[in-house]
Amino acid sequence: MLKTLLAQVKEFTLVSLLTPVFMVLEVAFEMIIPRLMASIIDKGVSAGDMQHIYRVGAVMLLTAIGGLLCGIAGGVFGSKASAGFARNLRDAMFTNIQTFSFANIDRFSTAGLVTRLTTDVTNLQNAYMMALRMFVRSPATFIVAIIMSVSISPRLAMIYLVAIAFLVCVMVFLITHVTVYFRQVFEKYDALNESVQENVSAIRVVKAYVREDYENKIFSRASYNIYRMFLKAEGLTVFIAPVMQFTIYGCILALSWFGAHMIVAGELTTGNLMSMLAYCLNILTSLMFMAMIFVMVTMSIPSGKRVTDVINERSTLTNPENPVVEVKDGSIEFIDVDFSYREDSKEPVLQDINLSIRSGETIGIIGATGSSKSSLVSLISRLYDVSQGSVKVGGLDVREYDLDTLRKEVAVVLQKNVLFSGTILDNLRWGDPDATFDECRRACRLACADEFIEKMPEGYNTQISQGGTNVSGGQKQRLCIARALLRKPKILILDDSTSAVDTATDARIRKAFAEEIPDTTKLIIAQRISSVQNADRILVLNEGRVQAFGSHEELMESSDIYREIYEAQTGGNGDFDEAALNDGGLRWQK
Amino acid sequence: MAEMNVKPMGGRRGRGMPLPKVNNPGRLFVRIMKELLSNYGVHLAVVIVCIVVSVFANVQGTLFTQKLIDTYIQPMIGQTNPDFSGLAAAITRVACFYGVGIAAAFTQNRLMINVNQGTLKHMRLRLFEKMESLPIKYFDTHSHGDIMSVYTNDIDTLRQMISQSIPQIFNSVITIVTVLISMIRLSMPLTMSTLVMVGVMMFVTGQLAKRSSKQFIRQQKALGSLNGYIEEMMTGQKVVKVFCHEQISLDEFRQKNEELYQSAYNANKFASILMPVNAQIGNVSYVICAVLGGILALNGFGGFTLGALASFLTFNKSFNMPISQVSQQSNSIIMALAGAERIFALLDEEPEKDDGYVTIVNAVQQPDGTLTETDERTGLWAWKHQHGDGRLEYKKLEGDVRFNHVDFGYTDDKIVLHDIVLYAKPGQKIAFVGSTGAGKTTITNLINRFYDVQDGKIRYDGININKIKKADLRKSLGIVLQETHLFSATVMDNIRYGRLDATDDEVIAAAKLANADGFIRRLPDGYNTFIKGDGANLSQGQRQLLAIARAAVADPPVLILDEATSSIDTHTEKLVQEGMDHLMKGRTTFVIAHRLSTVKNSNCIVVLENGRIVEKGTHEELLELKQRYYQLYTGSSASA
Repeated sequence: MLKTLLAQVKEFTLVSLLTPVFMVLEVAFEMIIPRLMASIIDKGVSAGDMQHIYRVGAVMLLTAIGGLLCGIAGGVFGSKASAGFARNLRDAMFTNIQTFSFANIDRFSTAGLVTRLTTDVTNLQNAYMMALRMFVRSPATFIVAIIMSVSISPRLAMIYLVAIAFLVCVMVFLITHVTVYFRQVFEKYDALNESVQENVSAIRVVKAYVREDYENKIFSRASYNIYRMFLKAEGLTVFIAPVMQFTIYGCILALSWFGAHMIVAGELTTGNLMSMLAYCLNILTSLMFMAMIFVMVTMSIPSGKRVTDVINERSTLTNPENPVVEVKDGSIEFIDVDFSYREDSKEPVLQDINLSIRSGETIGIIGATGSSKSSLVSLISRLYDVSQGSVKVGGLDVREYDLDTLRKEVAVVLQKNVLFSGTILDNLRWGDPDATFDECRRACRLACADEFIEKMPEGYNTQISQGGTNVSGGQKQRLCIARALLRKPKILILDDSTSAVDTATDARIRKAFAEEIPDTTKLIIAQRISSVQNADRILVLNEGRVQAFGSHEELMESSDIYREIYEAQTGGNGDFDEAALNDGGLRWQK
Repeated sequence: MAEMNVKPMGGRRGRGMPLPKVNNPGRLFVRIMKELLSNYGVHLAVVIVCIVVSVFANVQGTLFTQKLIDTYIQPMIGQTNPDFSGLAAAITRVACFYGVGIAAAFTQNRLMINVNQGTLKHMRLRLFEKMESLPIKYFDTHSHGDIMSVYTNDIDTLRQMISQSIPQIFNSVITIVTVLISMIRLSMPLTMSTLVMVGVMMFVTGQLAKRSSKQFIRQQKALGSLNGYIEEMMTGQKVVKVFCHEQISLDEFRQKNEELYQSAYNANKFASILMPVNAQIGNVSYVICAVLGGILALNGFGGFTLGALASFLTFNKSFNMPISQVSQQSNSIIMALAGAERIFALLDEEPEKDDGYVTIVNAVQQPDGTLTETDERTGLWAWKHQHGDGRLEYKKLEGDVRFNHVDFGYTDDKIVLHDIVLYAKPGQKIAFVGSTGAGKTTITNLINRFYDVQDGKIRYDGININKIKKADLRKSLGIVLQETHLFSATVMDNIRYGRLDATDDEVIAAAKLANADGFIRRLPDGYNTFIKGDGANLSQGQRQLLAIARAAVADPPVLILDEATSSIDTHTEKLVQEGMDHLMKGRTTFVIAHRLSTVKNSNCIVVLENGRIVEKGTHEELLELKQRYYQLYTGSSASA
């Protein structure tokens, strides 16, 4: 993990290395001051040498300024290094995510990826800054102060040894116990917040069943448990401050007692005793800081792991070595295809698929939810790779094509589709960055999107908000179709892309396809029988297998499932055509 | 002294960050203190005493350095037979001071845990209870994310304020005062020079903070813009792949990432040089005191001794720390106050009002036809109507619901339902159809009084529903929402949510009625399978079956059903349909319908448009009209 993360320091290696150097220098300057102080007292005040006081005073001032400069340099370099480190981490992740296949994306959830790119990176940035500056500074303070003390009086420095040993033992004990406790508490705490979340989103259920008091009782109990656990965990941390005080006070008293003896015996000067007292504070507080940094850096380990996972993830799809960059035509062939999303799953999602589709055909695909309609079409543009068998486009296995070429020629309108913030035109040009305005308009006309776009005050320059929340479901679907049309693909796949469009418009879109892009192979997945009924052939999928494949008339004869669906949706069954009303109720106004 | 700061992820905001605006910080602070004092007044009094004691002990210890040098060491230097008994006694005395100081510090910390956690527990509970009491309107008008952040972020900053900021500020203020007094007593000129340097330090801090604050605002902006972009791109990652848009989105990302890097670097630069700058100004102050004090001691001005200098130098060091602490803590207090503002805003929300007095009771029918109240569950319910003159009246609960010229708007100035007139006799099925936003759900929200009508009346068995106690009204209505919400509990408990005292057998019977029994038994632990994350491991259809079972176990006389529009697989869909049909049998039902089969056998179909009833009647009647219903009905088979 550490290796992967540190590899991202890159051009910030120099500043990363300089930061601790300057921190050590700053510490060194700071640690000289008590020594100089001792000199002022012993050689200046006690000896009555005014000149000495001025001279050493000037040196002390210079030391302080030297410390200041080093401190500033350390701060500036540290900020640069950590901000740069964070930038490189984000860049490494984002760049790698762009190479992800659908299978990779499925493995990390969207929310998971967002957290890794934002919160986790911020955590690591803080930890890195802390590590660069404090990780070196505290031990340096600790070591320099000890060296200084030993050089003054090895015997008195023994006191520190005892104190350090004591403090380390107590700290190790406390930290190990406290972190365990706190991990437990925070788990419970998250659970409590989750239950609040549950209550907020289910408030209608709570109120409908008059369960307010019941929920209050449950929450009260959970909240009390957390309270108890927090008391227990924090009950341990309470010892930290007094133990620290105890150690410092103990040192001061021991130094005073033994120091007094040594001064009287002429083995130590008063000034040196005073600098020993100053070092005492330095040594013990730096120890304390080290413990704190340790805890904080450990807490960023989970973030580090999550970030490393993304950086090290390898795409499950790779471009072939000598890719074919031209797709001959829009014919599709499935030969003995099996497919499952995960290698270890027992039941394949698709089984024994054998299909042959001619270029320019219109194919309807129908079947219950979970019959793997989307999985089937996702193999054509190689969003996923087959587990067994082969999928051919234009007579060649899809794995032989250059990925960009293949996906340009096979345009998919995804079921869960998104628009991006920007104008309508910007969104359309995702399909073809060089598309002229007229080309965009034509695509919109084919997708029946022109009618509502032209009614908008800003027309094609209307801003789409993030996630496309300012257009209706049906409008969004039509824009997504237009966007795909601009690719001028040889194969067009609509994955349940007109579900929110009213039936009449849906029919008009299909008519436009038949008339205007007759050479494009069209695959239409739909829930509505009316959307597929007029296709050249209809594929009926059932539990991952081809149940039937043929024209409407043939299927009415041969396929029970097809007939059942047909009957369920026509002749007074099925759903209302609410889309007709939802999409602005245009039809009512006629 | 370094306080252990054990916090999960994140960490506190850096210094120099822009602070949120808080209205009336004084009043908020007083309110928090009142909150603390009302429950933990004694605790806090003891805490303050402890702080004073521990600061005093600490100062005594520092002053001891002076005595150590002046009274004990200096006179003994050169003595052939020095007497250390005086020193021994003095050290023992200081050790006692220290002992008391440590005990006081411990007591203070220990008590603060109780104060802090106790207050938070209390606060959380009050928040939750208040939240449960709020009308649905509150949840419809506030984002769930905002409500949640009160429980997480705002409570968290409050925790920091109570456990760290408040005691530290007390401690700092007391330390500053005590140390200042001690310093003045040791030497006035040295005190003046220390104070001047403190002034310099504050000025420099202010200058740096001003500069960094501007940069931090820029950083926040860049961060927001980058995070927004990341979120959008991650959500649309599959679309990015389908359109081979990787390079373009990478370029745009890099540009934003670079901006963030620049602004983060600039912002942190100022913030992180603040610490060394302050530390070194402190050192300069120390040096000046050392030189000045050396001169004073050498010349013996005003009886200034070597020991006094030693003590003073320690004070000089310990004086700077609390001052920078106060400025740091005051920032986190402002942050906490902003959080507290939101906490109190939620606590101050008006709870759901309930002026109803008619209740539901179990009833027994006497041979003479009158109803009497009983404690047992008889399956027969009655409205208990307490009249103004003390007269009690029992009326059988039948499920007759009537709307008399009802008008309603979510806000006063925008009416969304106009003049709704309809009735449902006991056992009848009323279907609402119409487009999204036509007002179907709004009508059902009025029946169970999630919202109250603005004009007109709704009568339930002849009683104005405003007179019925909300709890009792809702108990008499079963609801199956379009979106199913499940709780983290077993399947059994989730169904039992409909009626808490239902036995296991009754729950299973309800599940069977709802057609849910089959799939439940196939779950790994059957009825004891634990549901997590709102039932994420169940399919949409299965969740609906559970919701139907939940309504079935409640066994209410009136039902409100919101049919799901989303397509589920044909098999489960059939199960759901049948389950709903079983449930509706013998009950007055209002159903927001999407399926033709549901509508066709309704007693009355209500077609809504823009908040008005445009057509009303049976399936056949409406088809004959050849208007809206006809168009809706034929729409789905238009191109067949």
